[in-house]
Amino acid sequence: MVLPVWWRKRIPRYRFVGALCKDCGRIHYPPRNACPYCGSRNLELVPLPRRGVLESYSIVYSVPGDNRLNAPLPIGLVRLENGVRVVAELTDVVPEKLEKGIEVEAVIRRIGEDGETGTILYGVKFRPALGRK
Amino acid sequence: MANSENKQVINAGIVGWGAYIPMYRLPTREIARVWGWPEHQYKALNVSHKAVDGPDEDSTTMGYEAAYNALLRSGIDPKMIGAVFFGSESKVYAVKPSATLIAEMIGATPDTMASDLEFACRAGSEGLKASLGLVSSGMVKYALAIGSDTSQAEPGDVLEFTASSGAAAFIVGPRSESAAIVEDTYTYVTDTPDFWRRAEKPYPRHGEGFTGEPAYFYHIMGAVKGLFEKTGLKPDDFDYAIFHQPNGKFPLKVAQRLRFPKEKVLPGLVTPYIGNTYNASALLGLARVLDQAKPGQRILLAPFGSGAGSDAYSIVVTDLVEERQDKAPKVDDYLARSYEIDYALYAKFRRIYVMLPRG
Repeated sequence: MVLPVWWRKRIPRYRFVGALCKDCGRIHYPPRNACPYCGSRNLELVPLPRRGVLESYSIVYSVPGDNRLNAPLPIGLVRLENGVRVVAELTDVVPEKLEKGIEVEAVIRRIGEDGETGTILYGVKFRPALGRK
Repeated sequence: MANSENKQVINAGIVGWGAYIPMYRLPTREIARVWGWPEHQYKALNVSHKAVDGPDEDSTTMGYEAAYNALLRSGIDPKMIGAVFFGSESKVYAVKPSATLIAEMIGATPDTMASDLEFACRAGSEGLKASLGLVSSGMVKYALAIGSDTSQAEPGDVLEFTASSGAAAFIVGPRSESAAIVEDTYTYVTDTPDFWRRAEKPYPRHGEGFTGEPAYFYHIMGAVKGLFEKTGLKPDDFDYAIFHQPNGKFPLKVAQRLRFPKEKVLPGLVTPYIGNTYNASALLGLARVLDQAKPGQRILLAPFGSGAGSDAYSIVVTDLVEERQDKAPKVDDYLARSYEIDYALYAKFRRIYVMLPRG
């Protein structure tokens, strides 16, 4: 793990902040140095809505190495309330009860650690929204 | 009783409150099944299930969500928070503050103080009391006090039946903005060897003869009686009584000794459903009471921490409480979000399995 890289990316990961391209008007997450749609570097960080709909998902059963205890690992494609699509890990789900179309919400969870003695990394995952119908 | 605390108006109160309970529940009967405890020994604890943190959760993530919920209820700009206190006995780092992590996550950095506090299960309450002092003195406008734990218990130890996970957080601010004002407090501490964990050891130990009478009951009764003496208040003046909840039995017993009827204790008693969340224990009870309280009601809060000490608070609910109750998930929302697991999954989530290399 490259500690300075993780540290520089902490605010978008902690506060669920995306990047708005001031040229093409599209928003992406996690923020990159250039807009993935038009290549512009004219970007502005913007907070993202925390709720969305699970459009699709996949479940990783054979989880390698340090992440083994998180198995099975569901990964979701989430359409946020503002239409922006985000790929992120899902959490607090029972794999056999997972279904497309459920309302999900962003939460902060452990997303990795640099071995037993290194730093712990936190970031956004999505879980079934509290109080969903 | 000597009174070390000045009687003065506390110009501060609770502006926002928040809770968090993980969704996994381990039934205590499952622990008994694995370790062979007879029913009569664990049923006396009055705890049916305990909340278990998921594999990607820890005291920081849980404390963050409780703090986020408290912020939602308060409606304040996190940049206005001048102090963040994190009380826990399951910090993720031995050296590196969790308070700065959560302060950064909620957007309170960099113009704030941030401190991790330790006093077994009472550190979160110390944060609350320190917050009241800072706000009341005018040193900061708002402060955030968090109690959060993923409590440790040695597998097979009696503590395993109750040691659970959860968090509660409170934004303390000016009296005029508070959903509940703190009328007065009283703290009572001694050096008592009831429960401890040595440095670099994974599990705590407890001095059996010290855990009940000389620790829990002596200190809570000392703090509450000190508060009564200082304020002139008596049990009849309170609508709710919330005590530290190491199990489902002790809070009812201490209430009886202090002459509080059971009906005033039950609304803030969450341990029978989720176990002892240590630093969040009594504070989750306070969050649940604030979720349902009416303006004008008075609450007695008495957290306790081993080692040992207790704080007693007299809290009065204001007209602002009702408009804030639905602004964030309630304790009952988290209680309802439950998924039962067996001991094998619990062991996996809590990293009790030792992953040896294949031979």
